[in-house]
Amino acid sequence: MAMVLSEDQQLLRDSARSFCQDNAPISVMRRLRDGKSELGYDEAIWQQMIELGWPGMAIAEKYGGFEFGYTGLGLVLEETGRTLASSPLIASVLLGASLLSEAGDEEKKSQLLPQIVNGKLRLAVGVDEGPHHNPSRVACTAIKQGAEYVLTGAKSFVLDGHIAGKLIVAARTSGEPGSENGISLFLLEAGCQGLQIQRTQMVDSRNAANLVLDQVRISEDSLLGSEGAGFTALDAALDIARIGVASEMLGSVQEVFQRIVEYLKQREQFGVQIGAFQALQHRAAEMYSEIELCKSAVLGALRCLDNSSATAKDRARMASLAKAKLSEVSERVSNEGIQMHGGIGMTDEFDIGFFLKRARVAQQFLGDASFHRDRYATLHNF
Amino acid sequence: MLALEQFRDSTRVWLEENCPPSMRTPMVPEEIVWGGRNADFTNPESKLWLDRMAEKGWTCPTWPAEYGGGGLSSEEAKILAEELARINARIALTSFGISMLGPVLLEYGTHEQKMEHIPKIIRGEIRWCQGYSEPGSGSDLASLGTKATLEGDEYVVNGSKVWTSYADKADWIFCLVRTDFEVPKHSGISFLLFDMKSEGVSTKPIQLISGSSPFCETFFDDVRVPAANLMGRLNEGWSIAKRLLQHERTMISGFGLASGQGDRGGTTSTTASLEGAAMHYREDKDRLTDPALRDQIAQFKIDSEAFALTSQRSSEESKQGGPNATSSMLKYYGCELNKRRYELFLKAMGSQGLGWEGDEFEAEELQVTREWLRSKANSIEGGTAEVQLNIVAKRVLGLPDMMSLAGKK
Repeated sequence: MAMVLSEDQQLLRDSARSFCQDNAPISVMRRLRDGKSELGYDEAIWQQMIELGWPGMAIAEKYGGFEFGYTGLGLVLEETGRTLASSPLIASVLLGASLLSEAGDEEKKSQLLPQIVNGKLRLAVGVDEGPHHNPSRVACTAIKQGAEYVLTGAKSFVLDGHIAGKLIVAARTSGEPGSENGISLFLLEAGCQGLQIQRTQMVDSRNAANLVLDQVRISEDSLLGSEGAGFTALDAALDIARIGVASEMLGSVQEVFQRIVEYLKQREQFGVQIGAFQALQHRAAEMYSEIELCKSAVLGALRCLDNSSATAKDRARMASLAKAKLSEVSERVSNEGIQMHGGIGMTDEFDIGFFLKRARVAQQFLGDASFHRDRYATLHNF
Repeated sequence: MLALEQFRDSTRVWLEENCPPSMRTPMVPEEIVWGGRNADFTNPESKLWLDRMAEKGWTCPTWPAEYGGGGLSSEEAKILAEELARINARIALTSFGISMLGPVLLEYGTHEQKMEHIPKIIRGEIRWCQGYSEPGSGSDLASLGTKATLEGDEYVVNGSKVWTSYADKADWIFCLVRTDFEVPKHSGISFLLFDMKSEGVSTKPIQLISGSSPFCETFFDDVRVPAANLMGRLNEGWSIAKRLLQHERTMISGFGLASGQGDRGGTTSTTASLEGAAMHYREDKDRLTDPALRDQIAQFKIDSEAFALTSQRSSEESKQGGPNATSSMLKYYGCELNKRRYELFLKAMGSQGLGWEGDEFEAEELQVTREWLRSKANSIEGGTAEVQLNIVAKRVLGLPDMMSLAGKK
């Protein structure tokens, strides 16, 4: 497994970087927030991303994708993290398309995946039901009645939940909350009867929603995969998304750190640049070291996704490694971003605070550091 | 590609035929081969293994064949390393000649110096030690005062060094000496090579907190060194010294890498891995019952794995340029990791990790205690953690230097 990028991958990263800097800078994010955008992202920019082929990057050619691999998609996400460019890439592509690929039958895949690649369809995935990520703690029930399932329960922190055309929801067909057995996956239309979708206004100004399922009746064709056996596919798709989110976080962390170093060289107090003070130098050097580990953790995890001989357990290990490490370092660096900028870092006018807010949401999303350390330990049998 | 696959096949066959059985078992500290005039081989197969590897130049796989090295490309060396790892082969030769002096000798030495010293390093015939730190020159290494004065065609060396690793066992020393006291400190240093048997050289081991004495004080009293033993140009030794430190840091950063399968190497013993030890000493069955320790061990292992990937990335990125400023980052982080590793071993083992000697403790338990104490030196030797952070801040991040701002050097 090479830990350096190929020439094609470097070109992709460079072009993604210039695209984000030129077309989706952080001022776009500020405009969306100030305008209380209903979508939570900029539709015109998303169309350009679709033209660049980003949604299809890791999708198989037979479904209209480009098979450029997860490393490529990760590089793109890293660049969106630098400018905090939001888009349906996480909900529709990382979560939705991955889950469809893992759990869906051939018919659903050939019908829906091309629509994700060309942007016609936006997907959202509802897993968690409480304030903490815990994909096996599904209490939402699905009861078979004739040729239908009746879904009852609630979902929280559903990214793009209020703007998706279709939603995939994890519900329990047997067993107790906490058991990996008995979880089934269902594909729902956003407008289906009994489904209430409420957008949540979160600190990062992006777009999550809560769902209430009140006797939602859907045909048995809506079941993805086999009944009661959805967890394996769900966890596999979550691992892809965890690594993708870690890639995005890596971009943000590097951007914050770059801004810190620039500020340390520019700001003067006591007649010298504050970057000359050893107390700040050592903190900066420690952050640099941690970020180098973050780069390797993310690249190692992306390589693992692209390695056809890697097992589901290998992917799970690397996903938890990357998400734990990035969540930890992202907290540290985003806090230092404020502290090292001093008073100006506390102002809304200055962009650094956006990174702090996004960092915390990304940390919680799909499992924080302690969730993933626990999972990593379990995967190592201790 | 075809040639590389052939190389792999022939290497595999050769190793199968030439690596003795006991050299495919985990290394034990008493059997590490340092070479040198007085090398003693407690296991005769160690000698056999060294000689066979040295014959092929594979103790230094990428060094030029004209000086006895393996002459391998980096791709071939990687294959060799993989094939060695595949059969769990021990390192045939460990030495400062290989990890520190050799690379700079190849870069800065004359043809004659290379011809004289490189083959002996490769074959493990001469064991080198490093004359850097002095009693008054630790982190401020360039303030060193050991003096070398040219008299005819000889330098006369006077002064003393400290923390000289294995000086009492070494045959030759590479030594930083001051050859000009009138210029700024970095501009008056030269790099000398000389025989530790020379008249006027004496050593005195220093007992450390771990109970062992790997470091020495080294004294030079009118030691006469041929002028031809100067490496590089007179008064330009500091750049060689720094270059060598990069190699040293890369070597020391390897302490952060887990050896073999577990966190301490080996796979079977109770102290091979942190989680194994933690569960063993708590009599836990399937899950470590101390949640705080479990979290800390998981965090350590995550960092350790990310660090190993970073070392790999760094060496792949710097294939052309050799070690660079990131060697300071790797040195800093690797040493902190190793210290964390041993603090966690103590937590995992409870009072069984705190024995000093006696039959109440297993040999490997006592070894962990000593290794824990030894690990404290990691962030001091080869430049302290703080010096590494200074280097990262200035060289990598380009932050201003307060010393230059204040007009001091």
